[in-house]
Amino acid sequence: MKQSLFTLEHTRQLTDDTYELVLSGDTSAITAPGQFVNIQLPGRFLRRPISICNWTDQALMLLVKVVGDGTRELVRCVPGTELDVLSGLGNGFDPARAGAHPVLAGGGIGIAPLYGLAQRMRDAGQAPTVALGFRSAKDAFYLEEFASLGCRLLIATEDGSLGTRGFVTDCIRNVPECDYVLCCGPLPMLKAVHSLPQLTDGQFSFEARMGCGFGACMGCSIPTRDGYKRVCKDGPILYKEEIVWRTCL
Amino acid sequence: MANLSVNLAGVELKNPIIPASGTFGYGREYAELYDLNILGSFSWKGTTGAARLGNPQPRIAETAGGMLNAVGLQNPGIDAVIAREVPHIAEIFQGPVIANVGGFSLDEYAENCAKLNDVDQVAILEVNISCPNVHAGGKNFGCDPHAAAEVTRAVKAVTNKPVFMKLTPNVTDIAEIARACEDAGADGLCLINTLLGMRIDLNTKRPVIANRTGGLSGPAVFPVALRMVWDVYEAVKIPIIGCGGVSSAEDAAEMMLAGAAAVEVGAANLVDPMACKTIIEHLPAVCQRLGVDHISELTGGAHHG
Ligand SMILES: Cc1cc2nc3c(=O)[nH]c(=O)nc-3n(C[C@H](O)[C@H](O)[C@H](O)COP(=O)(O)OP(=O)(O)OC[C@H]3O[C@@H](n4cnc5c(N)ncnc54)[C@H](O)[C@@H]3O)c2cc1C
Ligand SMILES: Cc1cc2nc3c(=O)[nH]c(=O)nc-3n(C[C@H](O)[C@H](O)[C@H](O)COP(=O)(O)O)c2cc1C
Ligand code: FES
Repeated sequence: MKQSLFTLEHTRQLTDDTYELVLSGDTSAITAPGQFVNIQLPGRFLRRPISICNWTDQALMLLVKVVGDGTRELVRCVPGTELDVLSGLGNGFDPARAGAHPVLAGGGIGIAPLYGLAQRMRDAGQAPTVALGFRSAKDAFYLEEFASLGCRLLIATEDGSLGTRGFVTDCIRNVPECDYVLCCGPLPMLKAVHSLPQLTDGQFSFEARMGCGFGACMGCSIPTRDGYKRVCKDGPILYKEEIVWRTCL
Repeated sequence: MANLSVNLAGVELKNPIIPASGTFGYGREYAELYDLNILGSFSWKGTTGAARLGNPQPRIAETAGGMLNAVGLQNPGIDAVIAREVPHIAEIFQGPVIANVGGFSLDEYAENCAKLNDVDQVAILEVNISCPNVHAGGKNFGCDPHAAAEVTRAVKAVTNKPVFMKLTPNVTDIAEIARACEDAGADGLCLINTLLGMRIDLNTKRPVIANRTGGLSGPAVFPVALRMVWDVYEAVKIPIIGCGGVSSAEDAAEMMLAGAAAVEVGAANLVDPMACKTIIEHLPAVCQRLGVDHISELTGGAHHG
């Protein structure tokens, strides 16, 4: 973890409510895709946790969906704005465990960390299939970006306006050789993907309301097979076999 | 440069700044960021007899100038803390540690405190009689002067370490509880714990926090905490650790002027993990501005003259 100032370089609107942000700053604390940053916003007491979409030595890319005042403020920041950021939080995905036929499954804004993950897997010679789910065609984003990585790309929309009609799980069922998932999205999606019989194992990114984001407050703990874990520090990535659904969230 | 050291019931701290219980874990996360030995002390996470899983999610909500938490005293239990955390604390912090202890019966408080007798690094016991989140038995010792006094006596009977009772602000007259603890033998007091509050999510029309209510802390509670420290200072002679909403060296100085001998910093650490370090670095300048050579001269300063 590192606390430092990042400068907003540019913001690009991707859909009605989703934006891409590029920030420059010291990214040395970031060690794995699937980690997140925790951003201080003027006038908000708590920081806002946002997944790292991608990063280089000097730059950080985020995808932000406006859902409330904090995220609205974040996407309205003008280039040059300095933001106080805690970077390199959480455990991140471990692509080395993904086997020969991994599928990256994302729903909505949950696709953000899968982009940096896909790029690193490609660089390491892995060939992940990418399955992305959106509500409808107008909500879809980052399709070209994923395609240009050379990944096999499967799309599902709930209304059928793009790709397969249905959910990401419907796409994954069509690629039965994929037996390992790396997954991020809303809870119902995580749950549905988790229950796919073709998967031998997988990694799932969880969300929780956070007090600190770095393991100090126990605000984000959820039950797992191995006891309570902090989403911010022991997660956000949990492994298939340790996840328990009954009480959490 | 001003002398920053303070004395809490015989325990010498190099400065008055102490991270508050529940916002600093057992020190591990912050030790990655800075050398904890700059701190006066730190108060570890409220520790109970048995391990506790805490409350369901969500446990956290935001509000203007602060936050609500309903963590529910999640902790690994006193035996695990002594076995696993204490040896690690010895590696990252060599100063005096404040052990925050929770409990759900007089026996449990006494048992937990007794187990700390042989832990040399624990210099002060901070007995949390005020957590508003936990439903065990529906009891809240800190809301009743007799119950508060009983806990004080039960703990004093089993330890030679200084005992600081940590008071809840969710009472009509905090000075009455403070006096009851002092009369029962408390060596000091810590106040305040969180103020009971709630938020409702307009999308779901349900409370944001699964537990419905949570404890409010952060800058929003500072004036309330300050007033309570003021009232208690007038009511007792034992030292007070002031806590609630402190986020700057200036806030710490106000707390001391109201009557605090030392100051705990809670929620501020969660949003700025370097908060305590920054506050400590600014204390000399604040002392200079206030014209004191020794920071302890500030304690209670607003009551005189
Ligand atoms: C590990 C992690 C990674 C995330 N990655 C992204 C991402 O890449 N892109 C993105 O757009 N969003 C992401 N989120 C969700 C994002 O943090 C919330 O949408 C955001 O905090 C909402 O803030 P707000 O002020 O707009 O909403 P408000 O509703 O005003 O927020 C009020 C409070 O609730 C908290 N909160 C609200 N919704 C969530 C949520 N879903 N998760 C956690 N806290 C919440 C806020 O942090 C704040 O404390 C992530 C969350 C987590 C935990
Ligand atoms: C997330 C969180 C957890 C807390 N846990 C404890 C605890 O275990 N025991 C305790 O005595 N106080 C606990 N507190 C209360 C703080 O120690 C402190 O009394 C209170 O938050 C007011 O100070 P602040 O406004 O500086 O945060 C907790 C506070 C927070 C925010
Ligand atoms: S948010 Fe504080 S421990 Fe996870």
